[in-house]
Amino acid sequence: MTLSALRVAIIVFPGSNCDRDMMLAIEQLTSRRPALVWHKEASLDAADLVIIPGGFSFGDYLRCGALAGRSPIMNAVLDHAARGGAVMGICNGFQILTETGMVPGVLIRNAGLKFSCRNVGLQLCETLASPFTAGLDFGENLTIPIAHNEGNYFADADELDRIEGNGQVVFRYATSDAVGPVNPNGASRDIAGVLSSNGRILGMMPHPERAMYKLHGGTDGAKFLLKSLEALVS
Amino acid sequence: MTSASDVMTFENAATMGLSRDEWDLINQRLGRTPNLCELGIFSAMWSEHCSYKSSKKWLKTLPIDGPQVIEGPGENAGAVDIGDGLAAIFKIESHNHPSFIEPYQGAATGVGGILRDVFTMGARPVALLNALRFGAAEHEKTRHLVGGVVSGIGGYGNCIGIPTVGGEVNFDKSYNGNILVNAMAVGLANSDRIFRSAATGPGNPVIYVGAKTGRDGIHGATMASAEFSDETESKRPTVQVGDPFTGKLLMEACLELMASDSVLSIQDMGAAGLTSSSVEMASKGGLGMEIDLDLVPAREENMSAYELMLSESQERMLMVLKPDVTETARAIFNKWDLDFMPIGRVTETGRLILLKDGGTACDIPIGPLVDDAPEYDRPHGDAPVRKQLASIDITNDAPISHMLKTMLGHVDLASRRWIYEQYDSQVMADTIAGPGGDAALVRVHGSKRGLAMSTDCTPRYVEADPKMGGAQAVAEAYRNLSAIGATPLAITNNLNFGNPEKPEIMTQIVESVLGMGDAARQLDTPVVSGNVSLYNETDGKAIQPCPVIGIVGVIENVDDAVGNCFVAAGQDIFVIGQGDKTDDGWLGVSIYQQHSRR
Repeated sequence: MTLSALRVAIIVFPGSNCDRDMMLAIEQLTSRRPALVWHKEASLDAADLVIIPGGFSFGDYLRCGALAGRSPIMNAVLDHAARGGAVMGICNGFQILTETGMVPGVLIRNAGLKFSCRNVGLQLCETLASPFTAGLDFGENLTIPIAHNEGNYFADADELDRIEGNGQVVFRYATSDAVGPVNPNGASRDIAGVLSSNGRILGMMPHPERAMYKLHGGTDGAKFLLKSLEALVS
Repeated sequence: MTSASDVMTFENAATMGLSRDEWDLINQRLGRTPNLCELGIFSAMWSEHCSYKSSKKWLKTLPIDGPQVIEGPGENAGAVDIGDGLAAIFKIESHNHPSFIEPYQGAATGVGGILRDVFTMGARPVALLNALRFGAAEHEKTRHLVGGVVSGIGGYGNCIGIPTVGGEVNFDKSYNGNILVNAMAVGLANSDRIFRSAATGPGNPVIYVGAKTGRDGIHGATMASAEFSDETESKRPTVQVGDPFTGKLLMEACLELMASDSVLSIQDMGAAGLTSSSVEMASKGGLGMEIDLDLVPAREENMSAYELMLSESQERMLMVLKPDVTETARAIFNKWDLDFMPIGRVTETGRLILLKDGGTACDIPIGPLVDDAPEYDRPHGDAPVRKQLASIDITNDAPISHMLKTMLGHVDLASRRWIYEQYDSQVMADTIAGPGGDAALVRVHGSKRGLAMSTDCTPRYVEADPKMGGAQAVAEAYRNLSAIGATPLAITNNLNFGNPEKPEIMTQIVESVLGMGDAARQLDTPVVSGNVSLYNETDGKAIQPCPVIGIVGVIENVDDAVGNCFVAAGQDIFVIGQGDKTDDGWLGVSIYQQHSRR
């Protein structure tokens, strides 16, 4: 299979606002425009990757991701995941994945109690087998922007030990040339992204679709997305 | 129609901010005494905020034409041609009074309102900027106000998904009791697909869309046209409450509907809500409008005609649709879970007729509401001449390294990173240069072209020399765009001043508008939209005058944009510009001067 044969579906909730950015980022890499799927749909056409984009689904009212996690489309996404399908949740998408229990942990208010939009340095951790890390070197550093108010990853110590032991932690906030504290939100053990126990579902706070070309200030987002897509093709 | 209990007197009019002359004029034009609803409509339309009655005479002196101008002042926002068949649509607007009373909601709804002004014209908003003025850093309220305003701006912009790419913040004790919150939005539309507000086609349906109407913000435009006093905080209920989530749905639904060929005219329900939108649409079309207020989607029970017409509930729009597309349009709004309600029709009567509870709640001619709005030539004089300071007049014994640290740490010069990192400056993935530089640069999606923009004013210059200060704001905005390699196209302005009934304040307004006009003419950057905020006073004391300029320009190739940081050691540094050979520059009202001795 070639990259242009890859079927990517992006779920759109009312209040999603990075759906178009992600669609164009994927199209830039695969030359094929992903399908945008409205949240009221009850079924999902066969997809090689389902992406839940960033934004403020349902205005973040009640709790980030709580309402979106109960939208009709999520049953289809859960079915897709149960068949071993790949899912990627970015920012609000990560919050939605934790709400549905598809990845471990929760995301709480930033420790500084403020929204934070800036570049962060990430380090890729050694993980279990996963298409999202297959093409990258463990220990590799990436610079990708964050923009969130509730990105403080939290789980209890036993859970953290367990996911670390399983190789489910993908990214940690790590020193880089980015300005500001290394850990921007108080996340437990500096965790910026995690995998499901089978490695097929990824949740991460940073926005790779915002680091796609030089004028963005960096291309590490494009690199990460491309390696993930290539791994899904092979 | 006018029940005995509903007969208004001058005392009622006075509480709504109308003068004796204005009250007499209303009675004369109607040939009778207005009822509460009618008086409320007159008072809102004739408020300083809606009628520009003190500033209109001088605003008319500003240059508004140019080959680049597609739409000048008078519509929801201005529009300029940026090439490739595209238009940049932009405007700046103040939300000063509400933001002082309730900083989070005041600032948030300021952002929401200016975004609606832009997408009402058929443009997808691509950038937000702001211009903020707070009281002295050490004042007891400043921390609370800064925190609330910054989170309110971020709260709305971040959620709706439009990047906040630029702005400015200053602190001065004159704003202790009256902060300034000005928000600017920039959008992109196809030049031949710009929507306007003039109602067309008698008989065509008038549709209400968006959020429901509640009792929030009633008579906000009138509040915004009054001075502050110690009792101001009791006006908290007149502050609107924003809902960026509904704003996002409304934006997407409106843009989706506008992409079809269904909308004849459309107007945001901003200041003075249903009143200003219905009156302006009818007035611009030279037509009338009949609305059944019982059909207006209401959030609260038993709302009176007066309350429905004067509510400033957010996230609402009024549209005139082609007669046969109502069901198609309804389906779009249903998809986005928004109210869609035909509430009336365009008429040929030239009158605004409002029905309520089986009777007529209002029947007034549209003409006087707009055309007979008062226009004042308020007394003003010459600006007091201030002694110019040369550097020789100023002594400063402090070591230069100490002064450098003092300046860098000055509240007006220090880094604003802690503020702008609270704004999402990158959503939409087209931001090339975000906050922190001279001007922001946003790529026109799918092309090499970029839109450059900035907001600028230095109030202490305007206070010292209103004319020069007004011109300087335009020149600084122009330079900021030039500095990144962009060609400035046009400006929007936000005139923030004190009470225009005081000659010394009116002098500031007149002089700075004249200075602004001179500079805009010389630099070929016409004014295409703007907003006036007067009566920025607390207990009789005015703010430092602050005529903010928002500027938009274009760069043909974003790869050619220039950054503002030193990129490598060993490179030469140049100072360019016209230095006066006989003098070594100006120091008057500089921050350096504030830290020096005369």
